[in-house]
Amino acid sequence: MLNSTVTELSDALAARKISSVELTRLFLDRIKGLNGRLNAFITVDEERSLAQARVADERRSGGRAGRLTGIPVAHKDIFCTRGIRTTCGSKMLATFKSPYDAHVIERFNAAGAVLLGKTNMDEFAMGSSNETSHFGPVRNPWDLDRVPGGSSGGSAAAVAARMAPAATGTDTGGSIRQPAALSGVSGLKPTYGVVSRYGMIAFASSLDQGGPLAKSAADLALLMNAMAGFDARDSTSLERPAEDYTRSLNDSLQGLRIGLPKEYFADGVDADVLARVSEAVRWFEGHGAKTVAITLPNTGLAVPVYYVIAPAEASSNLSRFDGVRYGHRAKEYTDLNDMYRRTRAEGFGAEVKRRILIGTYVLSHGYYDAYYLQAQKVRRLIAKDFTEAFARCDLIMGPTSPSTAFALGAKTDDPVQMYLNDIFTIPAPLAGLPGLSIPCGFDAKGLPVGLQIMGNYFAEAKMLGAAHRYQQATDWHLRAPKEAQL
Amino acid sequence: MFLTPAQLHRIALLARIAVSPEEARAVTDRLNQVLGLIDQLQAVDTRGIEPMSHPLDTQQAVQQRLRADAVTEPDLRAEIQALAPAVEQGLYLVPKVIE
Repeated sequence: MLNSTVTELSDALAARKISSVELTRLFLDRIKGLNGRLNAFITVDEERSLAQARVADERRSGGRAGRLTGIPVAHKDIFCTRGIRTTCGSKMLATFKSPYDAHVIERFNAAGAVLLGKTNMDEFAMGSSNETSHFGPVRNPWDLDRVPGGSSGGSAAAVAARMAPAATGTDTGGSIRQPAALSGVSGLKPTYGVVSRYGMIAFASSLDQGGPLAKSAADLALLMNAMAGFDARDSTSLERPAEDYTRSLNDSLQGLRIGLPKEYFADGVDADVLARVSEAVRWFEGHGAKTVAITLPNTGLAVPVYYVIAPAEASSNLSRFDGVRYGHRAKEYTDLNDMYRRTRAEGFGAEVKRRILIGTYVLSHGYYDAYYLQAQKVRRLIAKDFTEAFARCDLIMGPTSPSTAFALGAKTDDPVQMYLNDIFTIPAPLAGLPGLSIPCGFDAKGLPVGLQIMGNYFAEAKMLGAAHRYQQATDWHLRAPKEAQL
Repeated sequence: MFLTPAQLHRIALLARIAVSPEEARAVTDRLNQVLGLIDQLQAVDTRGIEPMSHPLDTQQAVQQRLRADAVTEPDLRAEIQALAPAVEQGLYLVPKVIE
């Protein structure tokens, strides 16, 4: 059962082979056994989860069950949840209990899914290794001395270690796709505006987008059916007809044009990563797809653009943490301004402070045009690269990350090296485009490699279809870390 | 060198984050590493390019949605105030601002 996909668990629940209470208890026990070493969860409330599971079982008895009714799902601790704390990986919110649920949580509740726990993450989603969390780093289940990726590192590690069949995450510059790649699971960042940001603690609002992590593309499609949809409380939520994200899972690959950007197959990418990704691309070629050489010439500017825009938006979004209405407040201060300054110095970790300071700098008088406005212009150049590329291909494929999981502590002293590692995941959110990562093999050390599939706006179903066809013929996505090493 | 410790002081003041004199040098160095990274943007020719502030503005006309001027939120006043570090008689307490 632990190794089953959501699709299989849903069938098992429907066939009454297992109850939601039994299934939930199975995963809660698994979490209890492994979380001490992996640190993938910040908060677990067994009684609450089991109560939800009982309700799900009753709903099924009443004949009102849907595909996700009774399925346990872990949620990144960035999604506000009523009745169980939401920390965002920060000391600032270490005891925060949201008075309301995020839209994504409401959707899972309405579907009858069970909240399994809140997963660890980089503080305020600012990080690529899950090492900036106030609650300590998450360890990669494939090698406990390595990072799981970030910022949705707890969600990725939980799915990889079979502590949860599925999890939610958020992606601003790669925070779903990069940990999915480094931890050997599947993850999707939807088109901007598809999943409501209501109740999802804001980092960089023009980039943030929620999405699912699971074992398979078919599971991601099922989860998207629950997560996506219009919500008036998010001003950028799109009013579109509801989509069935499973509708293209069995589409043929015949004639599919796959763009291979030369910038994604260049020096600086690990040889093993290039080899595994190229093998996956050849599989698609062997099954009816055609490859097209394309160029995304401004790829190298994506990281610098991101590190202007994301901190600028963060400095504004995080101004709400002032020690007045909720969250941490410093014990000692001389006046109101001193209270703000000490509260924020104590409540935020080093990386979050760094990004707020960078954001404040690039928005400050005399620097706004040179940094912020210039970054927004280059952002358009990056989006234009994709528009031109998608005139010639249906999907773009390449590595999710230039390397496999790196050692804990390896990049913590050099923020720029950490940032550059996100070079292939930052462009899609800058353009508002969807991207997913699926496992496509292992490097010589036995660490998972991720294949990134990017699509045009609202091409999620097509991307999931291509990924599903690949996963029907391969079993990389079903491989699990060795039990003995967990 | 993009940022001096004196400039850092000003930025930290604007950001309402206390930076102690002991950590100022290290923080300045770290920020300068990042500013060195983003400085590459200065060399890019963006003449005639419109800034992109909404990720979907190439796809559709971006407009703010309006709603009816009606109460849509439930009254969670007591629950929300319970989250505050200091409240009294329904008011949020902060250090004295006006002498």
